[in-house]
Amino acid sequence: MTNEKNRHVIPGEVIVSGNYRSEQNTFMEGNKIVSSIIGLSDIRDGNVRVIPLTGGYIPKDDDLVIGKIISHSAMSWQVNINSCYDGMLPASDVFGRDFSSHSDDLTSKLANGDLIVARIVNSDRTRDPLLTISGRELGKIDSGELLQISPSKVPRLIGKRGSMIQMIENATNANVTIGQNGLLVISCEDSNGLIKAINAIELIEEQAHIANLTDKVNEMLESKSE
Amino acid sequence: MGGRDTDIVLLDENGIRSDGRKVNETRKVSIKAGVLKNANGSAYIEFGDNKILVGVYGPRDVHPKHMSDTNTGILRCRYHMTPFSVGERKNPAPSRREIEISKVIKEALEPAVMLKQFPRTAVDVYMEVLQADGGTRCAALTGASVALADAGIPMRDLVAGCAAGKAADTIILDVNNEEDQAGQADLPVGYMPNLEKVTLLQLDGILTSDEYKKCLEIGIDGCKQVYEIQKKALQDKYFAKGDQNNG
Repeated sequence: MTNEKNRHVIPGEVIVSGNYRSEQNTFMEGNKIVSSIIGLSDIRDGNVRVIPLTGGYIPKDDDLVIGKIISHSAMSWQVNINSCYDGMLPASDVFGRDFSSHSDDLTSKLANGDLIVARIVNSDRTRDPLLTISGRELGKIDSGELLQISPSKVPRLIGKRGSMIQMIENATNANVTIGQNGLLVISCEDSNGLIKAINAIELIEEQAHIANLTDKVNEMLESKSE
Repeated sequence: MGGRDTDIVLLDENGIRSDGRKVNETRKVSIKAGVLKNANGSAYIEFGDNKILVGVYGPRDVHPKHMSDTNTGILRCRYHMTPFSVGERKNPAPSRREIEISKVIKEALEPAVMLKQFPRTAVDVYMEVLQADGGTRCAALTGASVALADAGIPMRDLVAGCAAGKAADTIILDVNNEEDQAGQADLPVGYMPNLEKVTLLQLDGILTSDEYKKCLEIGIDGCKQVYEIQKKALQDKYFAKGDQNNG
């Protein structure tokens, strides 16, 4: 099957015509596959998708996100996940199945303004996306530096199979938690390493569309290590 | 309309218009995408002497809540002229004309924007006319679709706008303010060039059916020219620096 190089596309631009499947950010118009967004086209095994270069975060199942508690009701917390939909974290997820709205106080576990790492369990857009914080590496964030980048640049920051972020982590000894919604938490015991990691991430955000970014970031990380 | 008496020569014997253009020539159009930091998407457009700034927010929560639709997102547009956009100070309160233009621009953008993907949300488009010189609705529409694309809102196609009209008994492209005031007809067209669909069509004045057909035809031609500039504005912002992305 063809594996065409990435191409720059804008909304309405025909990516390919013929026998292909339309995937993310594309639609069919007759037998043509058209982009609906500004981005880079990607054709793989007959599937056509466009990697966006701009736009907000749309919740997807199984995404890891970083959110901020904004309010709570008797049964659940409302979480701002940097999207047009607020996340919902049910109280039973934190208190367990024997949760009772009479005896348990939600604010005792998570108060307004607390940051959490959560996973999206269910998001069908008819209701607010459902979150969970039970799982490895999930839960309340106690320390670290919070950084925000454009959600469309998250894949670039992670790199192919995590290559980019691993490189930053190895060079700076920092631990970076990346939320798919563009929020990240960096924790590092060494303050120089922390600054270096932040600079590297800012560089990636600024120049996400440039080729050979990995080399550039690597250069930057090494240049300041003396 | 209806050819008001004026001392301006709209078309001279060589077929040159009052501002030096030929009959089938648009004004100079320039667009810059992503000019505002606080909006999700933005564009600044100069369409001849029209200067319009567009900001897009969204998709975001709908307020007031009762306006939200559980089946689809909604599009809200505000076209507004600043008090200093015209010769005599314009009252900043929304006028009957501005409300109408907001509505037609909204309806012209709706076929392009794929709002079904964002139920219960709203996309807000704010268009501020900083300087007006005839044909602002087409210019605002053109700028708005660039700003929507810049905001990353999925669209079937960009919408380009350009007016055609009749002045001095001749069909002309891209009617300016003088030609609008003293001319005989004005036909703004909104067009999706890739899908080949018209999304905005209004007519002020009187045209015979042959004239109308010709007007629409050159109006669509004008839109195609404007579309190339829209495309370039987006490419300049997103793809100008560096090479193809393959690292």
